[in-house]
This record gives sequence, C-alpha cells and structure tokens, in this order.
Amino acid sequence: MSKTLISLRGVSKSYTRAKQSIQVLDKLDLDIAEGEFLALMGPSGSGKTTLLNLMGGLDQPTTGSINIDGTPIERLSSNQLAAWRARNVGFVFQFYNLMPVLTAERNVELPLLLTNLNAAQRKKNVAIALEVVGLADRAHHKPRELSGGQEQRVAIARAIVSDPKILVCDEPTGDLDRKTADEILRLLQSLNKDYGKTIIMVTHDPKAAEYAKNQLHLDKGKLVEAMHT
Amino acid sequence: MKLFGLVWANLFRKKTRTVLTLLSLVSAFLLFGLLQAVSNAFSAGADFVGASRLVTQARVSFTQSLPMRQLRQIESVPGVEAVSYQQWFGGIYQDPKNFFAQFAVDPDRFFTVFPEWVLTEAEKERFRTIKASAIVGSQTAAKFGWKVGDQVPLESTIWPTQDGNKSWIFEVAGIFRGKDSEWDARANQMFINFGYFDEERQFGRGAAGIFTSKLKDASQAPTVAATIDSMFENSPDETKTQSEKDFILGFAKQLGNIGLLVNYVLFAVFFTILLVVGNTMAQSVRERIPELAVLKTLGFTDFTVLFMVLAEALLVCVLGALIGMVLAVLLLAFASGQFGIALDSGNATLWIQAICVAITLSFAVGVLPAWRARSLKIVDALAGR
Repeated sequence: MSKTLISLRGVSKSYTRAKQSIQVLDKLDLDIAEGEFLALMGPSGSGKTTLLNLMGGLDQPTTGSINIDGTPIERLSSNQLAAWRARNVGFVFQFYNLMPVLTAERNVELPLLLTNLNAAQRKKNVAIALEVVGLADRAHHKPRELSGGQEQRVAIARAIVSDPKILVCDEPTGDLDRKTADEILRLLQSLNKDYGKTIIMVTHDPKAAEYAKNQLHLDKGKLVEAMHT
Repeated sequence: MKLFGLVWANLFRKKTRTVLTLLSLVSAFLLFGLLQAVSNAFSAGADFVGASRLVTQARVSFTQSLPMRQLRQIESVPGVEAVSYQQWFGGIYQDPKNFFAQFAVDPDRFFTVFPEWVLTEAEKERFRTIKASAIVGSQTAAKFGWKVGDQVPLESTIWPTQDGNKSWIFEVAGIFRGKDSEWDARANQMFINFGYFDEERQFGRGAAGIFTSKLKDASQAPTVAATIDSMFENSPDETKTQSEKDFILGFAKQLGNIGLLVNYVLFAVFFTILLVVGNTMAQSVRERIPELAVLKTLGFTDFTVLFMVLAEALLVCVLGALIGMVLAVLLLAFASGQFGIALDSGNATLWIQAICVAITLSFAVGVLPAWRARSLKIVDALAGR
C-alpha cells in the first residue's frame, strides 16, 4: 500500500465574477497516493482545472486544507508557495507555454535557474531531461521550429528537470492529434512507471484517461465517481 | 547573473521595436552629452578658478575700458596683494574658425596674479624684453604648430595700429602650460605684451578692460570688493567688482542663461523619451502576461518577476545612455578639433550624471509594468483573464 502524498479535506473554492460568487469546488475530500497516475475528468465548469491548480499550489482554497507530502500548502505565503512549487511540482499545459525567445535547452533550464546548481550542472540536468523525452537532438531549436508534439515534450522535460515528485498536467494532449497524443501519454506513463512520478492529469478525452491508473469524475464541484483503469 | 540571459532574450524578443527604442534613447543621451558639454564650456573657467581673485570692470559693461590711474588706487586697498590688468584683443588668426582668446597683459603683474600658468624663466624674460611678443598656451601652440621665435600675424577685430590697419604681428616669446594636467587642458589662450599693444594701438591708450586683484585672504573678498567699488562711486568711471568666478559666469550669461536653456531642452527631450519608452515597456509586458505567469508557476517569486522587468528597463536605458554618450564624446572630439573650442564630455561627472539619468529613467518607465507583472495572479493570467 503506497503512502498518501496528497490529502484534501473539506476543500471549497469560490470565485467572485461580475459581483457574483461562484462555488467551483464544494467541500471536497480526496487522498492521492504516491506514484499515482490520476485522470481528472468531467464537463466544462466542473472544477477540474481549479482542483488541479489547488493541488499544484497555484491557487489557495477558500476553505479546507491541502496537505502535500506533509506540507499544509494552504498556510504558505506567496513566496513560500513559489519555492514549494519549484521543488515539488512540475507543470504541463495544454498549449505548452514555452518561452518563444528561448531554445528548447534554455526553456528546460528555467526551473534550474532558481536552484544553486552551477551552469555545468544545469546543462547536464537539462541534457538528461531532454534525453528522457527523446529530444536531445532538438536542444538548440526554438519553439517555433518544433512540432506541437515536440513542444509538449520540451514542456515535459521542463516539468521533470528539477525532479519534482508531482506532475500536474492540464489537458496535455488537448492540442495534439491522436497519434502524437498517444506518444505524449505513453511518455507520461513511462514517467509514472519508470521514474515514480505522481501524475495528476485533467482531460476531456476518455482515451487519454485510459492511460491513467485511476480516474476521478467531477461534476459541479463534487466528486461523483472514481474508476480504476 | 543567472537571469541575465533571460532578461536579455526578452529584451530582444521584438528586435525592431527594441532597436527603435534604443535609437530614441541614444538620440536623447547624445543630445544630453552634447548640450551638457556646451553648457560646461560656458561655465568651465568658473568652476576652475579659486576664490582668491577679484575682477574689477566698468559698472556699465565690461566692454567699456577703465583708466589706468585706477590701478594704483586698487593696489592701495587693504587686503589686495597684487593687481594685474588685461585688455581683450579680439584677433583672428588666418580664419575666424581658428578662434582662441587673446588678452594684452603686463608680464610681471600677470605672472604674479596668475601663477597657474607656467613658463621657464628664459621665456618670461623674453616676454618682458621683446616688445612685440606674446606667450601662447600649449594647446593653441600645438594646434597651429607654433614654436618659440615664430612670428604670428593676427587681424584684430577691434584695434587698429597707428597706421590704421588692423594687422598685428607678435613673436612667440614662450609657450605656457598649466600648473597641473587640468589647467594644462585649458592652456589655449594668448597673452600679448601690454606695453607694446598700448603704444601701438590707435585709440584707447592708458586704459584696460579689467583689473584682476589677487587677495591676501580669500575670506576678505566681499569687503575688498565693496571698498574698491566705493572708491570710484559717483566718478566718471564707476566700477563693478566681483569674484573671478562670478565674472566668468556673467560673461557667459551675456549669451543667455545657457545652463537653464540646456536644462529646459533636456527636460523636454527626456519627458518625451519617458513616454515613448514607458509605452514600449508597458506593451512588452502586456504581451507577455501568460509567459510571466508561467515563470511564476515554475517558482519565480513576485519579486524576481518584478526585478526582471525592471532589469529589462534598466538594461535598455543604460545601453542607450552608453551608446549615446560614446557618440557624444566622438562628436565633441571632432567638433573641438574643427572649431578649436574645449568641449569636454569625457569628464567623470557628466558620465555619472548620464548614468543617474538612465537609472532614474529606467525606474520611471519600468516601475508600473514591473508592478503589474509582480501583481498578476497566475490562475487568472493563464486563463487569459
């Protein structure tokens, strides 16, 4: 039995838009084990991305607690949370979100700029990360010189370069064709199985969700169904 | 330093825009360098002279001469150690663009009152004994290739000789230097033997343009000045006595308050640049909101993001300032050579001023975009809100 890495208790989140309060998550309880590959599914507006943002430390809950690997992240200040994210979470976005002015190598290096590693060590780690995602030969290319799938691989290399425990992926294949999407999902699967990364992935795509070990369905801010793949 | 590469890459993400912004900054700092050098040239001697000399001129205008009999009276004032007298000659050497200042002086009095100019004893003796002689500053001598013994023809714009023509010829009796390197750089005048000049000029004999008094004690300057002026009050030759520095500044102000004018022009220039660069910076940050949000997602703190945007502004402003100032130095060196004017943009103060202006400007243009970058919420920025 793996230990619980992420624990949410009574987590609610509401936003105020146009003077109206919108309840996005409603008293959510959730435990995610270390080494999990979890797909979060549900219709638009169900709160998937909000839940992902909370677990990734990008946002704070309105009420409730989020404990990740022993750290109650809802109590961290903005700067503490930034440092925590840098150490513990890798992010993969639907539209890759690479810096267009930097080469693949320099994009992957970004999280390492916040560490004490020297240039040679950073270069070595970047090379390993690019090797893992199969893009060692594209290190000096800029994002516009890469295909969508390659861009997403660079984004994944950036997410894993500082060796975080958790990978948070928001629709990582949403902008890719089926074949490329499958390649990316197999890569994520490999990171989960071979490198022990805990992956939480938001997706609309049932085929993508099948790559995960478990699936959770959200609707109107509540967990409605859990499914083992 | 690790972030420098990122700051630099972001700065040149739109090369045309950055180059145009840089060009506007370069133009502004080029203008800054040129105008400040011109302004400094007008007040140059003023900052240089000590407070131990007083200049007495005619109350009405320094263009009006004072009778030589006043010399003895000024010498008798308590606190006055020695007095020299000078007359503006206003000569042209070959071409008006070869401008340099010439004054007729009494050699011995001049050496006593102006010890900052250094000559050998042999040169001093030649200047005393050769009637139609002059001593020349080392800068001017070098410029025209003059050496001791050369005959230098000058066409006076004011003084005709006894036979009515305005052509004068002086023998170079000596070439003087400054007492140190700073004064050396200002050794660009010519001093003519007053005795010969006074004897040969067609009018105005027995009078001098100004009297310069060397004081025993600089702190007595106001009292001595008041005493001198009171001696000639209600006489046909009333005087105005002031410190040498005030006299030089007053001379420069005949052309208007150059310093103030320069400041007004530069204020207008930099205000315009502030708007141009500020707009560019704001636009640049606006375009990068999602990227800045990603940096924060990766763990960059609010302060780091703020610092990066400010660093971009600083980099572009300092770069523009350095290029502009280097161009100004080159242009001024060229202009100095062409027109024989000491336009000095190489002094440290001017460079420090330029860097301070660049830093202030970068803060002014960068602070709002940087604050916006610092304050952005990751979730909203990633969602395009």
